[in-house]
Amino acid sequence: MATPSLLLLLADGRFPAGAHAHSGGLEAAVAAGRVTDLASLEAFLAGRLATAGLVGAAFAAAAHRAAVATTADPAESEARSGALAEARSGALARLDAELDARTAAPALRAVSRRQGRALLRAGRTIWPDAPFADLPASPGGAHQPLVLGLLCAAAGLSRVETATIAAYGTLTGAASAGVRLLGLDPYQVQALLVGLADACDGAAAEAARAADDPPERLPAAAAPLADIHAEIHATWEVRLFAS
Amino acid sequence: MRALARLVARADGRGGTALVELHGETPLLLRQTSTDGGVATVHLVGGAAGPLAGDDLRLEIEVGPGAAVRVHSVAASIALPGRAGAVSRMAVRAVVHTGATLHWLPEQLVAAAGCAHLAESRIELAAGASLRWRDELICGRYGEAPGGAVVHTQVDYAGRPLLRQSLAVGPHAPGWAGPAVLGGAPATGSLLVVDPSQPAEPSTAEGNVARLPLAGGPATLWTATAPDAHTLRAHLTV
Repeated sequence: MATPSLLLLLADGRFPAGAHAHSGGLEAAVAAGRVTDLASLEAFLAGRLATAGLVGAAFAAAAHRAAVATTADPAESEARSGALAEARSGALARLDAELDARTAAPALRAVSRRQGRALLRAGRTIWPDAPFADLPASPGGAHQPLVLGLLCAAAGLSRVETATIAAYGTLTGAASAGVRLLGLDPYQVQALLVGLADACDGAAAEAARAADDPPERLPAAAAPLADIHAEIHATWEVRLFAS
Repeated sequence: MRALARLVARADGRGGTALVELHGETPLLLRQTSTDGGVATVHLVGGAAGPLAGDDLRLEIEVGPGAAVRVHSVAASIALPGRAGAVSRMAVRAVVHTGATLHWLPEQLVAAAGCAHLAESRIELAAGASLRWRDELICGRYGEAPGGAVVHTQVDYAGRPLLRQSLAVGPHAPGWAGPAVLGGAPATGSLLVVDPSQPAEPSTAEGNVARLPLAGGPATLWTATAPDAHTLRAHLTV
C-alpha cells in the first residue's frame, strides 16, 4: 500500500518530470487572444479537463490496470512471469496505438512522448524494478499517461489515485502557466482550482471506471482548438513554454 | 422511430460499381442518383423531420474490393428534442475493402436547442482502402444555444486504430464553448482523407484550421472551427 505522502509526491509539480516547461496549450490560446482573464482561464481549464484531462487520466488508469493485472508473485515460476510480461507489453502497445489515434495533432503526440521520456527518467531511478522495459519502443518514447500509470502502480497507488494525479496535472500545469503568461493574481488562480476540484475528482473517477472497458472504448474526448493551437505553437521560433 | 438502411457495393468487373443492396426505411431512405466514372453516387433522403430524441437510425455500408461509392445527403439533419429523457441516435457502420473507395460527404448536423443526440460512426478500412469522411456540426440553429450532441468517430486501418474522436457540445459538456475546445465558434468539423497512394504531407495550421497527418496509417485529418456552415465547408473542401 502507498502512503499518502507518495500520492502528494507524484502529484507535485516539483516532481522532476519537466511539467513546469509546458502550458498545456495555454500559451497558444493566450496568443490567439482567446484567454485574457480569470473567466476565460476558468473556461479553458474546464474544457481542457473534460477533454485532454479525461483522456490522459483514462490511459494512465488503463496502464495502471495492465501493470497490476500482470504483476508476478515472487513465488511465480519463470515461465509464468514471462507470460505475464508478454501480456503486459501487449496491453501497453495496444494502449499506445489507441492513444495515438486520439491525438490527431502530431505536435501533441510529440509532446506526450517527450513528457513520457522525462517521467521515465525519474521513474527508472526511483523504482528500478518497475516493468518500464515493457513499454513499446516508439522512437519518440512512450506516451506520458502510460509511463505515469506504471510509475503509480510501482508506488503502490490505487487506480483512482493514478487517474487523479493525471487529471490534476492537466489543470495545475495550465493554471500556473496562466499566472506567468497573463500576470494573474495567484490567489485568484488557486481559487479557480479549488472551484474545479470536484470536476477534477469526477473526471478521475470516470477515467478509473472507463479503464475496465476494452481499449477502443476508452474516452476519446476531442478539442479542435487544442489540435489547431498546438500545431500553430509548434511553429513559433520564440516561446516561453514547450507546449 | 427506428430505421435500418443498408448499402452494399461491388465492383462490376468492367471498371464500374454495382449496388447489389440498397434499401432503407423512413426516415432513412437511400436513392442512387448517378454512376459516373465507376463511382456510384447515393443520396440520403430524409423521409421525416429530425432525428427526434427517441429515434434510433442505423446505416450499414459495405464497399467491396475495387468498388467506389460516394454518399451525400439532400439536406442538413436537425437533431430535435423528443420524449423527455430520450436520446436520438444515428449510427453508421462502414466497411471498406482493399482497393475500394468510400466518400461520405453528407450535409451538416445541426444540434437544435434541447436536443440529445449521438452520432456514432465506426469505419473499418482494409489495407489499401481509400476514404473521405466529412463530419460537420452546427451548434444550434440561428442565434440558439445547442442541446447535447456527441459526434463520435472510430476508424481502424488494416486492423490498427487510426482515429478515435468524440466531440461533445451542449449543457453536459463542460467548457465546450470555451477557449480550449471551440472558442465560441458555432460550427466545427473534420475531414478525414485516407489515401494509400499519396505520401503523407506535413502538418499545417493557420487561423482556425489545421491539417494533421495521423500516426496509424496513410491518413490526414483536416479539423476546423468556423463562424458559420459556409465557411466551415470551405475549410473542409480539399
